[in-house]
Amino acid sequence: MEIKNIVKKAYDSQDKLNAFVTIIDEPKQTIDNQDSPLNGQVVAIKDNISTKDILSTGSSNALKDYVPFWDATIVKKLQDAGTILLGKTTMDELGMGATGTTSHTGIVRNPWNLDHITAGSSSGSAALVAANIVNYAIGSDTGDSVRKPAAYCGVVGFKPTYGLISRYGLFPFASSLDHIGTFAKSVKDVAILTDAIKGIDEFDMTTWDSSHINLTKATDLDVKGKKLFYIKELCDINSYDLQSDELKNTLKIFDETINKCKELGIEVEEVSIDKNLLSALFPSYLCISSAEATSNNSNLTGIIFGPRGKGSDINEIMKDHRTKGFSSLVKRRFVIGSFVLQENNKDKYFLNAQRVRRLIVDKMNELFEKYDGLILPCSEGGATKIEDLEDNNINNASILENHMVIANFGGFPSITIPNGFINDLPIGINITGKVMDDENIINIAHHIESTMNYKNQIAKGWK
Amino acid sequence: MELYPTIGLEMHCEIKTNSKNFSKAKNEYNDTPNINIKPLDMAFPGALPVLNKEAVRKSIIMALCLECQIPKELIFDRKNYYYPDLPKGYQITQNHSPIGVEGRLKVEVDGKEEEVLIEDIHLEEDTASLDHYFDHSLIDYNRSGVPLLECVTKPCIHSPETAVAFLETMRNIYKYTDVSDADTKKGQIRCDVNVSMAPKGSDKLGTKVEIKNVNSFSAVYDSIKYEMKRQSDLIKSGSEDEIVQETRRWDDETSTTITMRTKADALDYKYFIDPNLPKIKIEDKWIEEIKESIPELPLERKKRYISEYNLSEYDAGVIIKDKDVADYFEECLNLDIDPKTAANWINVQILGYIAKNEIDMDELYLTPKMLKEIIDKQNSGDISSKQAKEVFYKSLDEKKTPGTYLNKEGMSQISDKDTLLNIINKIIENNQKQVEEYQNGKDNLFDYFVGQVMKETRGKANPLMTKELLNEELKKV
Repeated sequence: MEIKNIVKKAYDSQDKLNAFVTIIDEPKQTIDNQDSPLNGQVVAIKDNISTKDILSTGSSNALKDYVPFWDATIVKKLQDAGTILLGKTTMDELGMGATGTTSHTGIVRNPWNLDHITAGSSSGSAALVAANIVNYAIGSDTGDSVRKPAAYCGVVGFKPTYGLISRYGLFPFASSLDHIGTFAKSVKDVAILTDAIKGIDEFDMTTWDSSHINLTKATDLDVKGKKLFYIKELCDINSYDLQSDELKNTLKIFDETINKCKELGIEVEEVSIDKNLLSALFPSYLCISSAEATSNNSNLTGIIFGPRGKGSDINEIMKDHRTKGFSSLVKRRFVIGSFVLQENNKDKYFLNAQRVRRLIVDKMNELFEKYDGLILPCSEGGATKIEDLEDNNINNASILENHMVIANFGGFPSITIPNGFINDLPIGINITGKVMDDENIINIAHHIESTMNYKNQIAKGWK
Repeated sequence: MELYPTIGLEMHCEIKTNSKNFSKAKNEYNDTPNINIKPLDMAFPGALPVLNKEAVRKSIIMALCLECQIPKELIFDRKNYYYPDLPKGYQITQNHSPIGVEGRLKVEVDGKEEEVLIEDIHLEEDTASLDHYFDHSLIDYNRSGVPLLECVTKPCIHSPETAVAFLETMRNIYKYTDVSDADTKKGQIRCDVNVSMAPKGSDKLGTKVEIKNVNSFSAVYDSIKYEMKRQSDLIKSGSEDEIVQETRRWDDETSTTITMRTKADALDYKYFIDPNLPKIKIEDKWIEEIKESIPELPLERKKRYISEYNLSEYDAGVIIKDKDVADYFEECLNLDIDPKTAANWINVQILGYIAKNEIDMDELYLTPKMLKEIIDKQNSGDISSKQAKEVFYKSLDEKKTPGTYLNKEGMSQISDKDTLLNIINKIIENNQKQVEEYQNGKDNLFDYFVGQVMKETRGKANPLMTKELLNEELKKV
């Protein structure tokens, strides 16, 4: 398709999806790279990634006019791979939130059904791939911000091992949990996209040398004899007090997927994990991520960049900027973060949360000695209706809805692929593996994908 | 009731490196504001810190000089607070695991050695600098992110003299090791001072008052003296409860301390480990390498000067006090100038000159090589010591090489035997009365004749020759 038509398609999608903060009117290829499998491919990038001379808002009023003067490392790598940047995608403000409804430019809608959410925070990126506006998109993932919207939009979302992709230029939410992730319509395509942007970076000390890793090639390897496990407490309907039809369906589809795995020659076993530990995951995530978020976003004062607040002294000016700059959800996270870090509360909340983090990561590492990966449903069902959202969207602390944070706690590679529909809305399964074993996870996901009909699927009405 | 002060110091010193602590921006003192900046230094969203290994190396040098324990792993924490000079809203510092803990430093106070105990020394980053005007303030981010070492002593100091001696010794070590230029004029050293007063012999400390941002050693001295008096007066007048745990600042203009904030308003810095800086192992091998690279420290040098060059305790002490002076001395030795001669010139003429002209040693025009020219001429008897000094000062004042003056007419000593004999004989002839008295045993008149020769030659007569010839001629009479 001609680039002009792609731009037109992007503009046309805005009324329905609202997936772009910025559409580039005349997208250009910076480098023609004939050796790259992505040469000439159009990409969309989440709006919390620094793009030189292109508005980068993090979907926040605090940065509504911010035009960076430098590129994130992955932006340069995408240019080197010959891709063409189509635009910056709508997200939950500053990466916080899980619904796609908290952007300063409004709600992102699910291409499969516009009355439903996409999940977040990489909402626009997921929606655009599902709606076939782009084949490739970049997101970021702190709790499950790539893998949950991928599930709800029926696409593939991959969050590799911590440090495989440089975070230089990613607006931080919670640095110890933040990852850059990739969206596409097939596992092979996320592998190609991830291969293009991974690598050690002198500007990010947490990156590591991955020159020996080739995810694209890994898809072709044999999968027979690999071992997966799932967590009994999350997959056994009898462990739930509230057994909705949606949940039953989700678990039924999950069982079918497990059978397909076995047909591929993958061994799948059930493992039991202390429910108290599982229940502590989300509160611990909230403590750690909010604590880091309040610190990471302390640079948003309106003094150096962002709209200048009003006031008669510097404190009033900063206060005014921050009062007007953030939605209530973000403010709530900052208050929580500040609270759990206070001298008197730190041990009870922040340090206990770190202990929970260590316990689950140790447990997972122990299991990864025996298994290649963990396989689980991504949610209790399909995407929620926008009008049914509770105004405080941190209330849903269901374990099945929040387990993907395990991969952020441990920096584990983790991928979501579509595995069916409930009420015509897509759902997904998630596979998580051990650190630096990204090739294995891509390989397993690729083979499971091949047993189902959802590879390269496009949302109904967007073909 | 005799009251006794207990003092603890926090000394901040900027480290000399090519780039900043966590960004690639230049680390240099510059008069043009806001030119040494990378995205991190102004906290643009998405910028990440990358640790400067050289700053770590230099921190380890200081930790070793202070005989500190060095942790196995390098860990950095965030200290969170809002202030316009802190663009990130947090300072990257070391709270949980400083680069050095539990150290000690020997300092000399009034010729006596004392030991100051070190709580810790840690690596952090400097803030931007603020310039306040009547209705606005200006921010210069050149300093934002410059590596800064903070050394915290235990509350083990009991006099302002010891406090200043500690700071001077520290500054010296910074300079000797080339960890920092440690230039107070450029604001490279800043101090916080903690002072409390308690009855002598009491094992309980009094209420601690912190004085922030004391930026010269004399201000440290004055602020301690001031606080000692302020607190003592309150205790003695029965108003002890008016001493509250608080942070005060030193006001240079009024020479007083002024309340900034009380303990109730103390900030909660919400420390936590910075996730962007992975824990890095500090290899023992690296520490050993660093240890071996540490140059001779001031007190070692002093001992060497005394034992090898026979300098007096006093002379050696004066020379090592400023590294630039000590280096000047070493250069003199390299040029084969006699150590004692060099020490005399440096301690009397040179230090006198720079003190009088209020310049630093590195601004001195006269190089050791130039000094050698003067000394050589004096030693060879070509010029007198008086002339040597004349050339020294002329050269410094006019910033011209000593050669300019040494080769001028009239600037050479009279060492010609016949010329001197002529003058001597004339003086003997004209002072018959004195000659007679001298021959009758009034020996001290000999100096009178020397003086006459000098007067006649305007000080240019070679003194040794003059004495020899005079002796001979007077005997002949």
